[in-house]
Amino acid sequence: MIVAERKLFDDLYAKASKHKKVLLLGCGTCVTVCMAGGEKEVDILDSQLKLASRERGDDFEVTTHTIVRQCDDEFFDEETSRKIAAADAVITLACGVGVQFCSEKYPEKRVYAGVNTVFYGATVEQGLWEERCAGCGECIVDQFAGICPVARCAKSLMNGPCGGSSNGKCEVDKETDCAWALIVKRMKELGTLEELSEITLPKDWSTSRDGGPRRIVHESLRLDEGTKKEG
Amino acid sequence: MKNEPTIIAFCCHYCAFTAADLAGTMRKQYPTNIRIVRIPCTGKVSENMVLQAFVEGADGVMVAGCEIGSCHFIQGNVRAVKRVAHAKKLLEETGVNPDRLEFYHVAASQGPLFATTSAEFTERIKQLNAGGKASADTTSAETPQETVHDSSRT
Repeated sequence: MIVAERKLFDDLYAKASKHKKVLLLGCGTCVTVCMAGGEKEVDILDSQLKLASRERGDDFEVTTHTIVRQCDDEFFDEETSRKIAAADAVITLACGVGVQFCSEKYPEKRVYAGVNTVFYGATVEQGLWEERCAGCGECIVDQFAGICPVARCAKSLMNGPCGGSSNGKCEVDKETDCAWALIVKRMKELGTLEELSEITLPKDWSTSRDGGPRRIVHESLRLDEGTKKEG
Repeated sequence: MKNEPTIIAFCCHYCAFTAADLAGTMRKQYPTNIRIVRIPCTGKVSENMVLQAFVEGADGVMVAGCEIGSCHFIQGNVRAVKRVAHAKKLLEETGVNPDRLEFYHVAASQGPLFATTSAEFTERIKQLNAGGKASADTTSAETPQETVHDSSRT
Protein backbone atom coordinates (compact mmCIF):
# COMPACT_ATOMS: atom_id res chain seq x y z
CA MET A 1 0.00 0.00 0.00
CA ILE A 2 0.93 3.64 -0.22
CA VAL A 3 2.19 4.87 3.14
CA ALA A 4 1.84 8.48 4.18
CA GLU A 5 2.01 10.64 7.28
CA ARG A 6 0.02 13.70 8.14
CA LYS A 7 1.49 17.10 7.50
CA LEU A 8 2.30 19.33 10.45
CA PHE A 9 -0.76 20.83 12.06
CA ASP A 10 0.44 24.42 11.73
CA ASP A 11 0.85 23.98 7.96
CA LEU A 12 -2.68 22.63 7.66
CA TYR A 13 -4.09 25.33 9.92
CA ALA A 14 -2.44 28.04 7.80
CA LYS A 15 -4.10 26.59 4.69
CA ALA A 16 -7.51 26.08 6.28
CA SER A 17 -7.67 29.52 7.90
CA LYS A 18 -7.34 31.24 4.51
CA HIS A 19 -10.86 30.12 3.64
CA LYS A 20 -14.35 30.45 5.09
CA LYS A 21 -15.50 26.87 4.49
CA VAL A 22 -13.10 23.97 4.37
CA LEU A 23 -13.85 20.33 3.60
CA LEU A 24 -11.56 17.66 5.02
CA LEU A 25 -11.71 14.78 2.58
CA GLY A 26 -10.49 11.40 3.82
CA CYS A 27 -9.60 8.32 1.79
CA GLY A 28 -10.70 4.87 2.90
CA THR A 29 -7.93 2.82 1.36
CA CYS A 30 -4.14 2.95 1.89
CA VAL A 31 -4.02 6.03 4.12
CA THR A 32 -6.71 4.55 6.33
CA VAL A 33 -4.59 1.45 6.92
CA CYS A 34 -1.47 3.48 7.70
CA MET A 35 -3.50 5.75 9.98
CA ALA A 36 -2.69 8.95 8.12
CA GLY A 37 -5.81 10.04 6.27
CA GLY A 38 -8.82 7.83 6.97
CA GLU A 39 -12.06 8.70 8.72
CA LYS A 40 -10.43 8.67 12.16
CA GLU A 41 -7.66 11.01 11.13
CA VAL A 42 -10.14 13.30 9.40
CA ASP A 43 -12.14 13.49 12.65
CA ILE A 44 -9.00 14.25 14.65
CA LEU A 45 -7.97 17.04 12.28
CA ASP A 46 -11.53 18.38 12.34
CA SER A 47 -11.47 18.58 16.14
CA GLN A 48 -7.99 20.11 16.13
CA LEU A 49 -8.94 22.81 13.62
CA LYS A 50 -12.08 23.66 15.60
CA LEU A 51 -10.14 23.90 18.87
CA ALA A 52 -7.32 25.92 17.32
CA SER A 53 -9.65 28.36 15.57
CA ARG A 54 -11.41 28.93 18.88
CA GLU A 55 -8.07 29.50 20.66
CA ARG A 56 -6.75 31.80 17.92
CA GLY A 57 -9.97 33.67 17.31
CA ASP A 58 -10.27 32.74 13.64
CA ASP A 59 -13.62 32.12 12.07
CA PHE A 60 -13.95 29.38 9.49
CA GLU A 61 -16.20 26.38 9.08
CA VAL A 62 -14.88 22.84 8.82
CA THR A 63 -16.82 19.88 7.44
CA THR A 64 -15.70 16.30 6.91
CA HIS A 65 -16.26 13.51 4.45
CA THR A 66 -14.45 10.27 3.67
CA ILE A 67 -14.80 8.20 0.52
CA VAL A 68 -13.63 4.67 -0.25
CA ARG A 69 -10.88 5.74 -2.65
CA GLN A 70 -9.76 9.05 -4.06
CA CYS A 71 -7.88 7.52 -6.99
CA ASP A 72 -11.01 6.14 -8.67
CA ASP A 73 -13.60 8.19 -10.45
CA GLU A 74 -16.55 6.10 -9.29
CA PHE A 75 -16.16 6.97 -5.61
CA PHE A 76 -16.56 10.70 -6.20
CA ASP A 77 -20.31 10.33 -6.01
CA GLU A 78 -23.04 12.96 -5.93
CA GLU A 79 -22.82 13.47 -2.18
CA THR A 80 -19.07 14.01 -2.40
CA SER A 81 -19.43 16.44 -5.30
CA ARG A 82 -22.10 18.35 -3.41
CA LYS A 83 -19.89 18.66 -0.31
CA ILE A 84 -16.90 19.73 -2.38
CA ALA A 85 -19.04 22.30 -4.19
CA ALA A 86 -20.26 23.71 -0.88
CA ALA A 87 -16.72 24.26 0.40
CA ASP A 88 -14.30 27.04 -0.56
CA ALA A 89 -11.35 24.68 -0.34
CA VAL A 90 -10.61 21.01 0.19
CA ILE A 91 -7.86 19.55 2.31
CA THR A 92 -7.56 15.98 1.18
CA LEU A 93 -5.89 13.44 3.40
CA ALA A 94 -5.37 11.03 0.51
CA CYS A 95 -1.96 10.23 -0.95
CA GLY A 96 -0.47 12.39 -3.70
CA VAL A 97 -2.47 10.42 -6.26
CA GLY A 98 -5.75 11.24 -4.56
CA VAL A 99 -4.86 14.91 -4.18
CA GLN A 100 -4.13 15.19 -7.91
CA PHE A 101 -7.16 13.18 -8.94
CA CYS A 102 -9.41 15.32 -6.78
CA SER A 103 -7.86 18.48 -8.26
CA GLU A 104 -8.40 17.15 -11.78
CA LYS A 105 -12.01 16.32 -11.07
CA TYR A 106 -12.80 19.66 -9.46
CA PRO A 107 -10.55 22.11 -11.33
CA GLU A 108 -12.41 25.12 -9.98
CA LYS A 109 -11.69 24.15 -6.38
CA ARG A 110 -8.57 24.86 -4.35
CA VAL A 111 -7.30 21.44 -3.21
CA TYR A 112 -4.57 21.10 -0.58
CA ALA A 113 -2.56 18.02 0.37
CA GLY A 114 -3.06 17.04 3.99
CA VAL A 115 -0.48 14.26 4.12
CA ASN A 116 3.02 13.63 2.86
CA THR A 117 3.13 10.51 0.71
CA VAL A 118 6.26 8.66 1.73
CA PHE A 119 6.58 5.17 0.23
CA TYR A 120 5.04 1.87 -0.88
CA GLY A 121 5.26 -0.31 2.18
CA ALA A 122 3.93 -2.96 4.47
CA THR A 123 2.55 -2.95 8.01
CA VAL A 124 5.47 -4.72 9.68
CA GLU A 125 3.77 -4.61 13.06
CA GLN A 126 0.95 -2.57 14.56
CA GLY A 127 2.00 1.07 14.32
CA LEU A 128 5.10 0.39 12.22
CA TRP A 129 5.35 0.63 8.43
CA GLU A 130 8.40 -0.03 6.30
CA GLU A 131 9.26 0.55 2.66
CA ARG A 132 9.22 -2.57 0.51
CA CYS A 133 8.84 -1.42 -3.11
CA ALA A 134 10.24 1.42 -5.21
CA GLY A 135 7.89 0.98 -8.18
CA CYS A 136 10.84 0.58 -10.55
CA GLY A 137 8.71 -0.95 -13.30
CA GLU A 138 10.57 -4.23 -13.60
CA CYS A 139 10.28 -6.54 -10.61
CA ILE A 140 13.46 -8.45 -9.79
CA VAL A 141 12.51 -9.52 -6.27
CA ASP A 142 12.44 -13.22 -7.18
CA GLN A 143 16.14 -13.13 -8.06
CA PHE A 144 16.92 -12.08 -4.51
CA ALA A 145 14.87 -14.48 -2.43
CA GLY A 146 11.94 -12.09 -2.10
CA ILE A 147 13.92 -9.15 -0.74
CA CYS A 148 14.11 -6.11 -3.00
CA PRO A 149 17.57 -4.55 -3.21
CA VAL A 150 16.16 -1.56 -5.13
CA ALA A 151 13.82 -0.49 -2.34
CA ARG A 152 15.61 -1.85 0.70
CA CYS A 153 19.31 -1.28 0.01
CA ALA A 154 20.26 2.35 0.62
CA LYS A 155 22.37 2.26 -2.56
CA SER A 156 19.99 0.01 -4.53
CA LEU A 157 22.97 -2.27 -5.19
CA MET A 158 22.48 -5.16 -7.58
CA ASN A 159 25.59 -6.93 -6.26
CA GLY A 160 25.93 -6.42 -2.53
CA PRO A 161 26.57 -6.13 0.28
CA CYS A 162 28.84 -3.11 0.34
CA GLY A 163 31.50 -2.32 2.92
CA GLY A 164 28.97 -0.41 5.00
CA SER A 165 27.18 -3.54 6.09
CA SER A 166 27.95 -4.35 9.70
CA ASN A 167 26.38 -7.10 11.81
CA GLY A 168 23.42 -7.20 9.48
CA LYS A 169 22.76 -3.47 9.73
CA CYS A 170 23.21 -0.66 7.22
CA GLU A 171 25.75 2.10 7.79
CA VAL A 172 23.11 4.67 6.89
CA ASP A 173 21.15 3.89 10.03
CA LYS A 174 21.88 1.34 12.73
CA GLU A 175 18.17 0.57 13.01
CA THR A 176 17.95 -0.39 9.34
CA ASP A 177 18.60 -3.95 8.25
CA CYS A 178 21.15 -4.37 5.49
CA ALA A 179 19.02 -5.66 2.61
CA TRP A 180 21.95 -7.65 1.28
CA ALA A 181 22.59 -9.33 4.64
CA LEU A 182 18.91 -10.35 4.56
CA ILE A 183 19.25 -11.59 0.98
CA VAL A 184 22.32 -13.70 1.78
CA LYS A 185 20.70 -15.15 4.92
CA ARG A 186 17.50 -16.02 3.11
CA MET A 187 19.28 -17.53 0.10
CA LYS A 188 21.38 -19.67 2.45
CA GLU A 189 18.18 -20.92 4.07
CA LEU A 190 16.68 -21.67 0.67
CA GLY A 191 19.89 -23.37 -0.50
CA THR A 192 20.16 -21.00 -3.44
CA LEU A 193 23.20 -18.97 -2.36
CA GLU A 194 25.11 -20.28 -5.38
CA GLU A 195 22.94 -18.10 -7.61
CA LEU A 196 24.62 -15.04 -6.13
CA SER A 197 27.97 -16.08 -7.56
CA GLU A 198 26.77 -14.76 -10.90
CA ILE A 199 27.15 -11.03 -11.35
CA THR A 200 23.82 -9.28 -11.81
CA LEU A 201 24.04 -6.89 -14.74
CA PRO A 202 23.13 -3.23 -14.26
CA LYS A 203 19.41 -2.80 -13.99
CA ASP A 204 17.47 -1.38 -16.91
CA TRP A 205 16.09 1.81 -15.44
CA SER A 206 14.16 2.75 -18.56
CA THR A 207 11.07 1.18 -16.96
CA SER A 208 11.45 3.46 -13.96
CA ARG A 209 11.07 7.21 -13.65
CA ASP A 210 13.54 8.31 -16.32
CA GLY A 211 10.90 8.59 -19.03
CA GLY A 212 8.55 10.80 -17.06
CA PRO A 213 5.12 9.68 -15.85
CA ARG A 214 4.27 6.12 -16.84
CA ARG A 215 1.05 4.71 -18.27
CA ILE A 216 -0.44 1.25 -18.42
CA VAL A 217 -3.09 0.61 -21.06
CA HIS A 218 -5.45 -2.40 -21.11
CA GLU A 219 -7.16 -2.03 -24.45
CA SER A 220 -9.61 -4.83 -23.61
CA LEU A 221 -10.84 -2.90 -20.59
CA ARG A 222 -11.14 0.52 -22.16
CA LEU A 223 -14.52 1.87 -23.01
CA ASP A 224 -15.49 2.88 -26.51
CA GLU A 225 -15.65 6.62 -27.09
CA GLY A 226 -19.44 6.55 -27.18
CA THR A 227 -19.86 4.81 -23.82
CA LYS A 228 -17.39 6.91 -21.80
CA LYS A 229 -18.89 8.77 -18.87
CA GLU A 230 -19.12 12.48 -19.35
CA GLY A 231 -17.03 14.70 -17.07
CA MET B 1 -13.61 31.65 31.25
CA LYS B 2 -16.38 30.49 33.50
CA ASN B 3 -15.64 29.88 37.19
CA GLU B 4 -17.08 26.41 37.39
CA PRO B 5 -15.34 24.18 34.89
CA THR B 6 -16.93 21.26 33.13
CA ILE B 7 -14.82 18.15 33.45
CA ILE B 8 -15.49 14.96 31.56
CA ALA B 9 -14.24 11.79 33.26
CA PHE B 10 -14.05 8.74 31.03
CA CYS B 11 -14.18 5.97 33.63
CA CYS B 12 -13.59 2.28 33.09
CA HIS B 13 -16.57 0.18 34.14
CA TYR B 14 -14.33 -2.28 35.98
CA CYS B 15 -12.35 0.12 38.14
CA ALA B 16 -12.72 3.91 38.20
CA PHE B 17 -16.47 3.86 37.65
CA THR B 18 -16.86 1.39 40.53
CA ALA B 19 -14.47 3.54 42.57
CA ALA B 20 -16.66 6.58 41.91
CA ASP B 21 -19.65 4.57 43.06
CA LEU B 22 -17.75 3.47 46.14
CA ALA B 23 -16.79 7.07 46.88
CA GLY B 24 -20.49 7.85 47.01
CA THR B 25 -21.25 4.85 49.20
CA MET B 26 -18.46 5.94 51.56
CA ARG B 27 -19.87 9.48 51.63
CA LYS B 28 -16.65 10.82 50.13
CA GLN B 29 -17.48 13.98 48.27
CA TYR B 30 -15.98 14.95 44.97
CA PRO B 31 -16.67 18.07 42.90
CA THR B 32 -19.91 18.30 40.98
CA ASN B 33 -17.88 19.55 38.02
CA ILE B 34 -17.03 15.96 37.19
CA ARG B 35 -19.30 14.42 34.56
CA ILE B 36 -18.66 10.71 34.42
CA VAL B 37 -18.91 8.80 31.16
CA ARG B 38 -18.84 5.07 31.79
CA ILE B 39 -16.86 3.12 29.23
CA PRO B 40 -16.28 -0.65 29.03
CA CYS B 41 -12.49 -0.17 29.24
CA THR B 42 -10.14 2.81 28.87
CA GLY B 43 -8.92 0.96 25.76
CA LYS B 44 -12.12 2.28 24.20
CA VAL B 45 -10.84 5.84 24.49
CA SER B 46 -9.55 7.18 21.21
CA GLU B 47 -7.72 10.44 20.67
CA ASN B 48 -10.74 11.97 19.02
CA MET B 49 -13.08 11.04 21.89
CA VAL B 50 -10.93 13.26 24.06
CA LEU B 51 -10.59 16.06 21.49
CA GLN B 52 -14.31 15.95 20.82
CA ALA B 53 -15.02 16.50 24.52
CA PHE B 54 -12.99 19.72 24.35
CA VAL B 55 -14.72 20.76 21.12
CA GLU B 56 -18.08 20.27 22.86
CA GLY B 57 -17.01 22.60 25.65
CA ALA B 58 -15.19 20.57 28.29
CA ASP B 59 -12.55 22.48 30.26
CA GLY B 60 -10.77 19.33 31.30
CA VAL B 61 -10.84 15.64 30.54
CA MET B 62 -9.69 12.87 32.82
CA VAL B 63 -9.40 9.28 31.74
CA ALA B 64 -9.44 6.87 34.65
CA GLY B 65 -8.56 3.23 34.24
CA CYS B 66 -7.23 0.19 36.01
CA GLU B 67 -3.79 -0.14 37.48
CA ILE B 68 -1.17 -1.63 35.16
CA GLY B 69 -1.61 -5.40 35.16
CA SER B 70 -5.23 -5.25 36.30
CA CYS B 71 -7.03 -4.50 33.04
CA HIS B 72 -10.06 -6.72 32.53
CA PHE B 73 -9.12 -6.76 28.85
CA ILE B 74 -5.41 -7.25 29.59
CA GLN B 75 -3.94 -4.29 27.65
CA GLY B 76 -6.68 -1.67 27.40
CA ASN B 77 -5.28 0.66 30.05
CA VAL B 78 -1.76 0.42 28.59
CA ARG B 79 -3.10 1.45 25.20
CA ALA B 80 -5.13 4.25 26.76
CA VAL B 81 -2.04 5.71 28.47
CA LYS B 82 -0.33 5.91 25.06
CA ARG B 83 -3.36 7.41 23.38
CA VAL B 84 -3.76 10.02 26.10
CA ALA B 85 -0.09 10.94 25.64
CA HIS B 86 -0.74 11.32 21.91
CA ALA B 87 -3.92 13.31 22.51
CA LYS B 88 -1.91 15.68 24.74
CA LYS B 89 0.40 16.38 21.80
CA LEU B 90 -2.57 16.94 19.50
CA LEU B 91 -4.05 19.36 22.03
CA GLU B 92 -0.77 21.22 22.38
CA GLU B 93 -0.64 21.70 18.61
CA THR B 94 -3.97 23.50 18.77
CA GLY B 95 -2.92 25.79 21.60
CA VAL B 96 -4.95 24.03 24.30
CA ASN B 97 -2.87 23.38 27.43
CA PRO B 98 -2.22 19.61 27.53
CA ASP B 99 -2.45 19.73 31.33
CA ARG B 100 -6.20 19.89 30.77
CA LEU B 101 -6.04 16.18 29.99
CA GLU B 102 -4.77 13.47 32.32
CA PHE B 103 -4.79 9.73 32.78
CA TYR B 104 -5.23 8.27 36.26
CA HIS B 105 -5.03 4.73 37.54
CA VAL B 106 -7.79 4.10 40.07
CA ALA B 107 -8.69 0.60 41.23
CA ALA B 108 -12.27 -0.40 42.00
CA SER B 109 -11.53 -0.43 45.74
CA GLN B 110 -10.07 3.09 45.76
CA GLY B 111 -13.17 5.20 46.29
CA PRO B 112 -11.33 7.78 48.40
CA LEU B 113 -8.58 8.03 45.76
CA PHE B 114 -11.18 8.73 43.09
CA ALA B 115 -12.59 11.52 45.24
CA THR B 116 -9.20 13.13 45.95
CA THR B 117 -8.02 12.71 42.35
CA SER B 118 -11.19 14.33 41.05
CA ALA B 119 -10.80 17.20 43.51
CA GLU B 120 -7.16 17.74 42.59
CA PHE B 121 -7.86 17.64 38.87
CA THR B 122 -10.78 20.03 39.26
CA GLU B 123 -8.53 22.40 41.19
CA ARG B 124 -5.95 22.18 38.40
CA ILE B 125 -8.53 23.06 35.76
CA LYS B 126 -9.84 25.96 37.87
CA GLN B 127 -6.29 27.32 38.07
CA LEU B 128 -5.87 26.96 34.32
CA ASN B 129 -9.19 28.68 33.69
CA ALA B 130 -8.03 31.51 35.91
CA GLY B 131 -4.96 31.86 33.72
CA GLY B 132 -2.60 30.13 36.09
CA LYS B 133 -0.20 27.29 35.49
CA ALA B 134 -1.18 23.79 36.54
CA SER B 135 0.77 22.50 39.51
CA ALA B 136 2.56 19.17 39.24
CA ASP B 137 0.20 16.34 39.94
CA THR B 138 1.84 13.36 41.58
CA THR B 139 -1.14 11.07 41.18
CA SER B 140 -1.14 11.17 37.40
CA ALA B 141 0.09 8.20 35.43
CA GLU B 142 3.48 8.50 33.82
CA THR B 143 2.85 9.13 30.17
CA PRO B 144 5.63 8.05 27.84
CA GLN B 145 6.86 10.25 25.03
CA GLU B 146 5.24 8.87 21.91
CA THR B 147 5.37 9.54 18.24
CA VAL B 148 2.16 9.66 16.27
CA HIS B 149 2.58 6.13 15.03
CA ASP B 150 3.70 4.74 18.34
CA SER B 151 0.32 5.48 19.82
CA SER B 152 -1.16 2.63 17.86
CA ARG B 153 1.57 0.14 18.71
CA THR B 154 0.97 -2.57 21.27
